[in-house]
Amino acid sequence: MKLAVQVNEGPYQHQATDSAYHFTKAALEKGHEVFRVFFYHDGVLNGTRLTTPPQDDRNIVNRWVELAEKYDLDLVLCVAAAQRRGLVDDGEAQRNGKDATNIAPKFRISGLGQLIEAAIQSDRLVVFGD
Amino acid sequence: MADLHTVNKSPFDKNSLEAAIKFSQAGSSILLIEDGVYGAMKGTSAEAMVKGAMGDKKMYALKSDLMARAIKDDRIIEGVTVVDYAGFVDLVEANDKVQAWL
Repeated sequence: MKLAVQVNEGPYQHQATDSAYHFTKAALEKGHEVFRVFFYHDGVLNGTRLTTPPQDDRNIVNRWVELAEKYDLDLVLCVAAAQRRGLVDDGEAQRNGKDATNIAPKFRISGLGQLIEAAIQSDRLVVFGD
Repeated sequence: MADLHTVNKSPFDKNSLEAAIKFSQAGSSILLIEDGVYGAMKGTSAEAMVKGAMGDKKMYALKSDLMARAIKDDRIIEGVTVVDYAGFVDLVEANDKVQAWL
């Protein structure tokens, strides 16, 4: 089965992103295809490579990156949500005159159309938020 | 048409479980996750509502979220099925749509 996952909350504040990660991992381990994970609203904060949680805590960002590397996941941050919250890739830095980027590897920034496409292309859309 | 409804809030915090029960059609499944698992506990003011819903709907609760809140098997309302994340995935597959009551 083809699945799409939407994450509406940032890491560490709500359980939503933990739930989304465990669900996505379980689906992949069962052999399902995850067409895309779309990060919306505060969910875009899952995509900064600059987080440094304590060593005895889970690293939510790296966990997504590792899952994406293993299964070639498409991790997409909503561009409008990313701009508001200071999530920047090379393209955004150039377009908006920013002096740095902070996007984690395997993540990309794109539009809301990517969520709609994921919903159309997938058999199910599963939403995690607060 | 069978749909899966996910509820992630305690029934003592928000009315999303009540809304999910009222709006879902007969034959639907309701999965309690995160703080939603408090709705699966015996002996609370929400028990009658949950038991009533099980007349024509199936109730599930996520094992790891129950364990994280120290809700052991003997404190769970009879008829509520405990599933792990793989079971969550199976429920998503078994139903036509998934509605998150955020």
